[in-house]
Amino acid sequence: MAAKTKYKRRYDSLPTVLLFVLPALIPLIVFWIYPILRSIWLSFTNWDFISPTYKIIGFKNYLSLFKNPRFFEALWHTVVFTAGTLLPTIVFGLILALLLVKNFRGSGILKFILFSPWITPTVAISIVWSWIYKTDGGIANTILTSLGMSPLKWIASSDTAMLSVIIVTIWKSLGYSMIFYLSALEKVPGELYEAGALDGAYSWRQFVDITLPSISPTTFFLTIITTVNSLQAYDQIQVLTQGGPAGSTRTLLYMYYQLGFQEFNMGQATAVAVIMILLTAGLSLIQFKASEKWVHY
Amino acid sequence: MAEIILNNITKEYDNGFQAVKNINLEIKDNEFVILVGPSGCGKSTTLRMIAGLEDISDGDLFLDGKRINDVPPQERDIAMVFQNYALYPHMTVYQNIAYSLKIKKVPKDEIDRRVRETAASLGLTELLDRKPGQLSGGQKQRVAMGRAIIRHPKAFLMDEPLSNLDAKLRGQMRVEIADLYQRLNTTFIYVTHDQTEAMTLGTKIVVMKDGEIQQIDNPTNLFNYPVNKFVAGFIGTPTMNFFDAECVEEDGKLCLKTLDGKIELTPEKEQKLKEDGWTGRKVTAGIRPEHLEFCTEEQAAFKGEISVFELLGSNAIIYAQCADGRVVMNTNDTVSREHGETVFMKPREEKLHIFDPETERIITN
Repeated sequence: MAAKTKYKRRYDSLPTVLLFVLPALIPLIVFWIYPILRSIWLSFTNWDFISPTYKIIGFKNYLSLFKNPRFFEALWHTVVFTAGTLLPTIVFGLILALLLVKNFRGSGILKFILFSPWITPTVAISIVWSWIYKTDGGIANTILTSLGMSPLKWIASSDTAMLSVIIVTIWKSLGYSMIFYLSALEKVPGELYEAGALDGAYSWRQFVDITLPSISPTTFFLTIITTVNSLQAYDQIQVLTQGGPAGSTRTLLYMYYQLGFQEFNMGQATAVAVIMILLTAGLSLIQFKASEKWVHY
Repeated sequence: MAEIILNNITKEYDNGFQAVKNINLEIKDNEFVILVGPSGCGKSTTLRMIAGLEDISDGDLFLDGKRINDVPPQERDIAMVFQNYALYPHMTVYQNIAYSLKIKKVPKDEIDRRVRETAASLGLTELLDRKPGQLSGGQKQRVAMGRAIIRHPKAFLMDEPLSNLDAKLRGQMRVEIADLYQRLNTTFIYVTHDQTEAMTLGTKIVVMKDGEIQQIDNPTNLFNYPVNKFVAGFIGTPTMNFFDAECVEEDGKLCLKTLDGKIELTPEKEQKLKEDGWTGRKVTAGIRPEHLEFCTEEQAAFKGEISVFELLGSNAIIYAQCADGRVVMNTNDTVSREHGETVFMKPREEKLHIFDPETERIITN
C-alpha cells in the first residue's frame, strides 16, 4: 500500500517536474544531444554533405583516419597547441594577478585593459594580430629589429605559424585567468600568511605552501576551461593561417572543418569530431582524477 | 624563555590614528601576562608588534636584551595562537603541527616524534590525519596550540584564543591553557577582552584603554586597588556601582552624603580625604556589588525598589532602583525577593573606592 502511494505520488508530480525541466531540456536535446548522437551515427557512414543518400560503412572512417598521417599530424598539433596555451595562460595569469592583487593608482584601468581581449571577438583580435605579424612593416618584426634581433616570418612560415597562433590565444585568455586568480588570491585569509611568517616561512615558502594550495581550485577550473577552449580553437586559426602553412597549424578541429566543409567527406569529419569528444572527455577525466591529489577545497 | 621589554612603544597608522600610545611594559621570563581592555584599546596591536606582524612606529622592543624592532617575525622565535586559529586548511593536523619544523629542516623522524608527543599531550592523536575543516572549534584551538608549542618558542602570544568557543568549552580550554603554562614554563602573553579570563589566567594583568596602559598589576591588586574609575569598572562582574557623593563633616567626622543617606568612612580614608582637601567637595564613589550589605533604614546609604532579582544558586544578584540610579548588589542571602520590594543597603566602609570626579583617578581605596 505504502509502495503504491509512493509510486502514485511520483507520477502525480511528473507534470510539475516537466514544467520546470522542459524549457531547459528541449534546447539541450535539439541543439546538443541530438546533434551528438547524429554525428556519431554519421561517423559510420560515407555521407558527402550534399547527397540525400549515404551508405553505412562501419568503422571504415575511423580505420582510414588511423592510417592517415595527416590525422596524427593534426593530433600532434592539437597537443602542442593545447599544452602551449595552457601552461603560459595559467602561469602568466597568476603572475599578473599577483602583481595586481594589491590596489594601486591605475590598477583598475590596468586590470580592465588586460581583461579586454577576452571580451573582444576572436575574429577581430586575429585580424589585428595578422597585421602585427606582417613580415614587412608589422609591429612584431619592428620590435624584434629594434631590439637587434632578426625578423621572423610569423604566420607565413611553417616553423613559426603555430607559435604565432599560440601567442594570440594566450594573449586573449590571459586577462580571463588573471581575473579568476585575482578573486582567488583576495580570498586567501591574511592570517594564514601571518601564521606562516611566525612558523618561519619567508615569501617564497608562503607562496608555495599557502598561496598555491589555497588557489588550487581556481587553477583546476582554469586548467579544464583552457584545455577545452584550446581543443575548440577555430576562429584564430581560420583568420590567421587557415591551418597552414603546409598544415602546420591544422588542429583536429580545423581538420574536421576541412574534411567536412572543404572536402565534403562528412563521414570522416564526424569521425574526427567523435574522437575529439572522446579526447576531451578523457583529458577532463584524467584532470579530475589527478586533481584529487593537488586541489584543496 | 624570554624577557620582553616594551620601551615607549607607539603605533601610528598612515592616517595619523594612534592605536598604541607610548607604552612601557616589562615582561619577565616565564611570566603569564594578560593584555586586557575593551575593543579598540590597542591590545591586539601591541601583541602583533611583539610578534613582528605590525611595524613599530616609535620606541624600542627588546627580546632578551636585543632590540628586535626590525627583526622579521620569522626570526623572532615567537609563536602565536590566533583568534580564528589560522590553521592551514589544506594540511592535515599532523602537517599543521609539523610545518614549522619542516621549514627548519628538522630530520623527519624527529619531526614525527615531536608531532606525536605534542599531539598526545593535547589529546589530538586520533585526529592527526584529519583536515581542519573536519574539526570542531575546540579541536582547532588545540591544534593551533600544538602548532605553537612544538617549536619550543621563546614566548607564546595568544590573541583572544577562546573568543570563538562556546561558554562551556571556553571554561575548559581556560583550564587547559593554565595547565599548559605550568607545564611549559615559558613566557606567555595573552590578549583578551574578557576580564574573567584575565583574572583567572594571569599573574600580571595589563589593563589598556585608548592605546594607553591604565594599570599593570596582579589580579588581587587590580580588583582591590584600581588606579582609576575605568579599571575599577572594567574589572569585576557585575561591574562596580558608581555614584556621586559629597564629603561632609558631621560632628567632627568626615562622611559621604548620598541622595538616600550617608556613608561612614574608615579613619584611613577620612584622613586621606581631609589631607587632600576634599572636605565639602563632590567625589565619585565606587562600591562593588559584593561589598554591599543589607541594613536598617537609618543606616542605609541606598534605599530602593528591586527591579530584577537573579538567583544564581549560591548567591543572588539584586538590581535596585535608588535615588542614585540603579544599584547592583551581589549577596549570599538567597532568600527569594519580590519585584518592587524595598531594600536598604550600605557599603562595607573598608571596601569603598573614592575617585576624583574630574580626572577619574583614585583618591583612596
